[in-house]
Amino acid sequence: MRIGRPARRAAGSAAPVRRGGGRLSVAVVLPLLVAGLVAAVTAGIAVGSVAVSPADTWGIMLHRVVPGWVEVSWPATHERIVLSSRLPRVLLGVVAGAGLALVGMVLQALVRNPLADPSLLGVSSGATLGAVLVVVSGVGLFGVYSLPLSAFLGALVALVTVYLLARTGGRTGSTRLVLSGVVVGQVFLSASSLLIMTSGDPHASTAVTRWTLGGLGGTTWQTLTLPSAVVVLLLAALAARTRSLNLLLAGEEAATTMGLAVGRFRTEMFLLTALVTGVIVAVSGVIGFVGLMMPHIARLLVGADHRRALPVATLLGAVFLVLADLASRTLASPEELPVGILTALSGAPFFLWLMHRESRGRRGRP
Amino acid sequence: MSHHGVHPASLSLRGVGCRVEGTDLVRDVDLDVAPGEFVGVIGPNGAGKSTLLRTVHRTLRPRTGSVRIDGEDLWALSQRALARRVAAVLQENGADFELTVDEVVAMGRAPHKRAFSPDNDDDRRLVMTSLELVGAAHLAARSYPTLSGGERQRVLLARALAQEPALLVLDEPTNHLDIAHQLDVLAVVRRLGTSVLAVLHDLNLAALFCDRLYVVDHGRVVAAGTPAAVLTPDLLAEVYRVQADVTLHPLTGAPNVVLLPPR
Repeated sequence: MRIGRPARRAAGSAAPVRRGGGRLSVAVVLPLLVAGLVAAVTAGIAVGSVAVSPADTWGIMLHRVVPGWVEVSWPATHERIVLSSRLPRVLLGVVAGAGLALVGMVLQALVRNPLADPSLLGVSSGATLGAVLVVVSGVGLFGVYSLPLSAFLGALVALVTVYLLARTGGRTGSTRLVLSGVVVGQVFLSASSLLIMTSGDPHASTAVTRWTLGGLGGTTWQTLTLPSAVVVLLLAALAARTRSLNLLLAGEEAATTMGLAVGRFRTEMFLLTALVTGVIVAVSGVIGFVGLMMPHIARLLVGADHRRALPVATLLGAVFLVLADLASRTLASPEELPVGILTALSGAPFFLWLMHRESRGRRGRP
Repeated sequence: MSHHGVHPASLSLRGVGCRVEGTDLVRDVDLDVAPGEFVGVIGPNGAGKSTLLRTVHRTLRPRTGSVRIDGEDLWALSQRALARRVAAVLQENGADFELTVDEVVAMGRAPHKRAFSPDNDDDRRLVMTSLELVGAAHLAARSYPTLSGGERQRVLLARALAQEPALLVLDEPTNHLDIAHQLDVLAVVRRLGTSVLAVLHDLNLAALFCDRLYVVDHGRVVAAGTPAAVLTPDLLAEVYRVQADVTLHPLTGAPNVVLLPPR
């Protein structure tokens, strides 16, 4: 059955056996990231205007879960700070960071372009406009769900618009993609700002800043529920579809020949990513570049196969946003910086490096 | 029986017509592939060969006519069920993400796997066997985007083999390959024993490997039959507008086309 020639060729070429650019095993990376997340969460809760020791931090949380298990050795104020203020905020960092990283990873596979990100593609700006419409008009047909629902619809409109504008053939070219995203994003963002400025809100300019340079301040347990639910939903949906995401990397026609119903899958993914982006933006404003950076770092660490890259990107996003939020609270203390400023400051150079790397990579290829 | 113990499929197209953006690219095509048969589709550029193939690997729904695999309407099957029977190697082979070669080939196992089920030893063995068959086993750990065009083409054929198809659809499977690999790849496909429908550019390779040929021009089948019956100077003049001399080669027994310079 074997044919002669290939054997000769195999022996003749000293093929580099370094596996896809020196990858690490997920068995090493995942435990490290989980440990990193525990450390980041601990720091996020302990550090602040009132310092709480890491031991007390965990003591307070354990005491809350199993009363009497640990001896109370902390002042009551610490307990209140940890449980009602810092813990929900840090958990929102975990949820939003993980969610944005997942959305970025899905968008990159959908458009087959590594430069995709919910903020760069204008999806976050679409969500902002949706949210601002509800806030300014005061029309809330669906009670507390009006804001996230409207943000979801805004995100979906922006996503579909950019996708249709940028699409040429099976692959979505970087230039068209990024330009379409920027244009659509600017239109939605300007519309949002205009709405706020003309709304007669005495704190209009503060409100614009809050939406466009997101932050996790003022998070309560109530704000946390819906984002947690949709991010868990996305994570579960994606965990079952890692093979399908891999197939998309082969191109839409090839994916079809390997059994993927591409049209239906794309619709599902558009709805899910718009939902998660909308819900996150509704509670935190636009936090850019997390969805761009985390999937990349994950692929550099463990390769592009979604079965490995997806959990790694999720954890990376969570760790990153918790730490970025911690920095935003402490760098200019007692002032609080919008966390979106910090993610953009680290994300923009990353984006430029990626563009450089991509153009260099293409030249070297056949 | 093919190398992986899958019974080769039969394919039959009746009255197939396709229209893309208002243009009829394929008109009233009847075409058959018997189980285990290697059937070639030849014709000039823009004749509608790739479009015809798209109705079989199901990326374009025909406007008229029927496409049947083992007697079943191919368009009534689910995409997944079809992918367990028909695999394709397309012309596009772009790579924008850092997947390794064995990961690319492992994609071919997707239609056979359920959600959450990891690749098992059988899958891994099949991936390696497929790579060995196309002479690319030494590339298994390489990053796919760093491969040459010819190497990618062989890897994509290995991916199609890992799909364990009963029918293999190939769109110019040799166009990036050097002559040694052109022969290798077609010989491997021939030896598999699966049914094959392939668009081929090189008339002599088509004559050497195909049981039967369909000649497509302006979206219609203008001739069909064994290579010796189809590849005649008259037909080549009519379809390709070239002067050619065709002889039966003494060693291969297949028709050998020699193109003559235009007078």
